[in-house]
Amino acid sequence: MMKADLPFFRRFHWPDGRLVIAGMAAVMFFFLTVPLLAMALRALRDLSGMEALYGRSVGNAVTLSLFTTLISVSIVLTFGTPLAYVLARYHFRGKRVINIFVELPIILPPVVAGFGLLMAFGRRGLFGPTLQLVGVSLPFTTTAVIMAQIFVAAPFFIRTVQVRFSAIPRDLMEAASIDGASTGEIFRHIALPLSTPAMLAGLVLCWARALGEFGATILFAGSLQGRTQTMPLLVYGALERNLNDALWSSLLLIGMALFALLLVHWIARQVEIDPLIETEGE
Amino acid sequence: MPYKRLFLILFLLCWLAGCSLPGATTSGATEAVTLTVFAASSLTDAFTELGQVFEGQHPGVTVQFNFSASSDLATQLAEGAPGDVFASANTRQMENAAVAGRIASEPVNFLTNRLVLIVPADNPAGMETLADLANAGVKFVTAAPDVPIRGFTDQMLDKAAADPAYGLEFKTAVLTNLVSEEANVRQLAAKVVLGEADAGVVYKSDVTPDITDQVKVIEIPQVLNVVAVYPIAAITDSASPETARAFIEFVLSERGQAVLAKWGFGPRPSNDES
Repeated sequence: MMKADLPFFRRFHWPDGRLVIAGMAAVMFFFLTVPLLAMALRALRDLSGMEALYGRSVGNAVTLSLFTTLISVSIVLTFGTPLAYVLARYHFRGKRVINIFVELPIILPPVVAGFGLLMAFGRRGLFGPTLQLVGVSLPFTTTAVIMAQIFVAAPFFIRTVQVRFSAIPRDLMEAASIDGASTGEIFRHIALPLSTPAMLAGLVLCWARALGEFGATILFAGSLQGRTQTMPLLVYGALERNLNDALWSSLLLIGMALFALLLVHWIARQVEIDPLIETEGE
Repeated sequence: MPYKRLFLILFLLCWLAGCSLPGATTSGATEAVTLTVFAASSLTDAFTELGQVFEGQHPGVTVQFNFSASSDLATQLAEGAPGDVFASANTRQMENAAVAGRIASEPVNFLTNRLVLIVPADNPAGMETLADLANAGVKFVTAAPDVPIRGFTDQMLDKAAADPAYGLEFKTAVLTNLVSEEANVRQLAAKVVLGEADAGVVYKSDVTPDITDQVKVIEIPQVLNVVAVYPIAAITDSASPETARAFIEFVLSERGQAVLAKWGFGPRPSNDES
């Protein structure tokens, strides 16, 4: 036995490696799923809360959530795609720094994001006086809700699409370029068609994140039924009134999130990329 | 081979010791007690100071606070959150906690508070009196329904609606000016301090030294003003009921009431009933 030569951990004789690994994996999985399960169980114990879903406030919140996320996702698609393309195809000084700042909102606490938005676009913010000159006040408006969603959700789209763009073989683009295709033509006729599934997956991820946005919204946009009270804000508000209403609204949100994830995985299977596991771009 | 087993045993022992450490300290010479007080967000500054004074008077006692909207606290208590004392900003949330079976003692009203209107220091909407709250375009923030401050604000607006000097149009206009329902009274005040909102109704005690120079206070006429009473009570399953009782007595004592007065609260109602 050359046990002493083995690395520290291997010197132990585990009862059964597979059993240990399976046990620990089960604990982790249990922890990740039990809160959702608990909510569903509690909600089923009292079905009366389901009636809250037909209430006006839930209707308003769902409509507002769908409306605002549709707009924010469209804006992310329009302005995020060029940014992803630039970051994937071009090399320039400071690109690494730009990459970091594009990713930052993913890990930034949303409340901090909301605070930053206030400091930039609030009445007393950096652009506040300028906006006031043209008669625009952003806080407490539906526009503020959309801005908060774009800020926190755009990176999910940009990163997904950027990875795809940088995976397109360089020769393909160079060949097109030699044949006289302009940068715009290469983007339209080569990069975009080859990346459609990745863009779709990125959009769904972005949409799901925008749908769940809470912290930045409550700070920057406040909460008012029909104007700024999206689904997550409604759940938070309902918690103060009626636990059962909050439960059912939460389940509705979980349902929407599950739908989004299933959609992403379905798209991913079509193109055999896993959008949730990003490989580092160039 | 023997080392391996020794290692495992040592490891397990350390782990077990680590687990039981917090429990072990409570059996020390001076009895170490941690008192958890659930208190309404409007009490944040006053209770933080009360806690320090109380700790000074009772060596070995550490006072921990859970500050939030009273409605949040009542929900947490109903869901079994462990605590020793509950100080609510209104009677209703105290009742909610009591209905959930978490209140051990008869609630006692320990202070009074009244409403004031606050506007940012530079007063962007040019507000002078409460009546200006109905001016078109004023951005008015309040708290979500069921947060106590919202209930008192609604009561005040109802009184104004019944008063010919203001009338129903006043209340309607104010509600049209409503731009946001914040989660609690401190967040409401923060929106005014930030200058994003033009006006908000808060408790007089919310105009703390931290924000006095950033807001302008507009008094609400006595006839419309609503006097809020705050009840305090011990929580069931408290690990240290004697300390909980001592804390409540301290809040009601002359020393405790002096601290509360310093932070802008009115004295406890003389005619005590709950």
